Amino acid sequence: MIEPAMTPEWSLYEVFIRARSGLEHKHVGSVHAADAPMALQHARDVYTRRQEGVSIWVVKSVDIVASDPADADAWFEPARDKIYRHPTFYAIPDEVKNL
Amino acid sequence: MYTQGLDQHGRQEAQPAAAESAVLGARFQARIDAEERIEPKDWMPEAYRQTLIRQISQHAHSEIVGMLPEGNWITRAPSLRRKAVLIAKVQDEGGHGMYLYSAAETLGISREQMLAQLNAGTAKYSSIFNYPTPTWADVGAIGWLVDGAAIINQIPLCRCSYGPYARAMVRICKEESFHQRQGFEIMLALSRGTPAQRRMAQEALERWWWPALMMFGPSDAESKHTAQSMRWKIKRFSNDELRQHFVDVTVPQAEYLGLEVPDPELQRDAASGHYRFGAIDWSEFQDVLRGSGPCNRERAAARRRADEEGRWVREAAAAHAAKRAAPSGAPP
Amino acid sequence: MTEALVRDLEAARLRYVLQLADTSLVLAQRLGEWVGHAPALEEDLGLANVALDLLGQARLLLGYAAELEGRGRSEDDLAFSRDQGEFLNVTLAEQPNGDFACTIVRQVLIDAFQLELYDSLQRSSDHRLAEIAAKSLKETRYHLAYSAGWLLRLGDGTAESHARSQAALDALWRFTVELFAADDSDTAAADAGIAPHLSELEPRWSERIQELLRQATLMPPPHTPYRWQGKRGEHSEHLGYLLADMQFLYRAYPGARW
Repeated sequence: MIEPAMTPEWSLYEVFIRARSGLEHKHVGSVHAADAPMALQHARDVYTRRQEGVSIWVVKSVDIVASDPADADAWFEPARDKIYRHPTFYAIPDEVKNL
Repeated sequence: MYTQGLDQHGRQEAQPAAAESAVLGARFQARIDAEERIEPKDWMPEAYRQTLIRQISQHAHSEIVGMLPEGNWITRAPSLRRKAVLIAKVQDEGGHGMYLYSAAETLGISREQMLAQLNAGTAKYSSIFNYPTPTWADVGAIGWLVDGAAIINQIPLCRCSYGPYARAMVRICKEESFHQRQGFEIMLALSRGTPAQRRMAQEALERWWWPALMMFGPSDAESKHTAQSMRWKIKRFSNDELRQHFVDVTVPQAEYLGLEVPDPELQRDAASGHYRFGAIDWSEFQDVLRGSGPCNRERAAARRRADEEGRWVREAAAAHAAKRAAPSGAPP
Repeated sequence: MTEALVRDLEAARLRYVLQLADTSLVLAQRLGEWVGHAPALEEDLGLANVALDLLGQARLLLGYAAELEGRGRSEDDLAFSRDQGEFLNVTLAEQPNGDFACTIVRQVLIDAFQLELYDSLQRSSDHRLAEIAAKSLKETRYHLAYSAGWLLRLGDGTAESHARSQAALDALWRFTVELFAADDSDTAAADAGIAPHLSELEPRWSERIQELLRQATLMPPPHTPYRWQGKRGEHSEHLGYLLADMQFLYRAYPGARW
């Protein structure tokens, strides 16, 4: 039997980095860690070596709840024809200011 | 570059038994043709998934095994600046391995399984890392030639159809250019140095030139997987195209260094602007692939040792975390 | 101040800077040995990170030492052409990596020391040292979080990790006395306000280490008599091998540029 090279108790964490104050945290990848403080340090050591961040979130991958791509049509298509949500849908005469 | 052993893999594509599967397959191919990115939970043919798992994991393995030939010289780097740069480079390679393992894990394989495959020898890594680094000049040659070849292979991968792999490649490409520059800078310093240093550089070029050309893999006529990988936009250019590009950009660099490429048939073709070069000895490539290269045993042994000797550490960390999480455990 | 006193003070300043530089350099060199062989890929990056920080500190300090020396030598000349008798690192830094527990115990002991040291050095009468200390302090805070975290995991992990950690602590404890043993150079530097009095740093270091050991369920070893004199260039057998490895290429091609 081949021994697994890493014990299963090291969980997979997804890493989110805020590049600069004012921006949101963005997903950049994942790290393995035995606990949350380790995950944070690993994320810092792997993903911020080139000043890519000022803040880090780590979330256990199993805790991420994601929409099902199979439902993409039902979830995201209906928004397509609601173009009245966009300002360009409305014809306002040029002379009218501040609209 | 990272699909060595795929031809021997022998995996059959799942037969499209139901009409639904055929429809899904057609829709999938249409998305690929429209340059859409496939993301982790999207439907994909099983063969697409397996090809990617294989390629991405072998790419990841190449990065971490690649830490060894250069890691050899960290303690012996001839200046403090070179030492710092080399540590940063090897650290980057470890990081690249991690980005790629992360990408592969989105396809339903775990890091544990991938490392087990590496240690068992069932997964391959780029054959180039089975060559030794006997001198400091080899560190320069690796940066210049091996990272140079990798960059040429990796830039098209930034537009690979699978999202996580493409994004990992974008990240890697940003970091990789310093790797090649540090290697070239080492060679430059040597070529401008003492006669002994110039000789060191020349001999390193002679050791690494042909293995670097072999990195791009055999001519695509030899591989039945190329066509399918191109259709799925995992592969964008043929091995020969990429190899030719590498030769074309690298030979002028060697000329600038005042070093001689070890190929008597190397000649610039004025009409096409390309360099014609000699025949590659693929038997050496096959030997290395089969495990008989100069350092296959050493690399494999080093990886196994690190994993085995690290087992008690990983177990300790897991045990500690479990104690902290247990309701009857000590307060954090 | 008489000329002789000034000379003595400048000699003490140079020795002091070299002590700090060499400790960081030798420790960076040890950590560099781990890259590619760590227990997990993430730790290859973590250890490399500490190595890079320490190497950076060493370069700044060696650069300053070269200026103070005034012989036109570079940071590389100092790193690669001095023999072990001229290296002034604490003996603890040159101890072999051993297993991961040994490396972590060594790291915690020195990180906690550098934390107190750099914190105090921010108030040094030597502005250059104060600047270097301020920058290094930020790095050291992270180093200590990293090494202390691992000490806890290993000390309070499995029976095996606990045994290895205790063994490492028992083996390395005797080198900690040197950290706070002030010689004439230390005293001269402290009196001139260049360096803190080591006796002032010891209580805070001791308290922090004792608390960490307690949390890690490790037993502090008994006090041993002071014998180690790395700070005065009298080293254990290990430094010779470390320097042979580190310096050979520079020495094999004298005058070559890399």
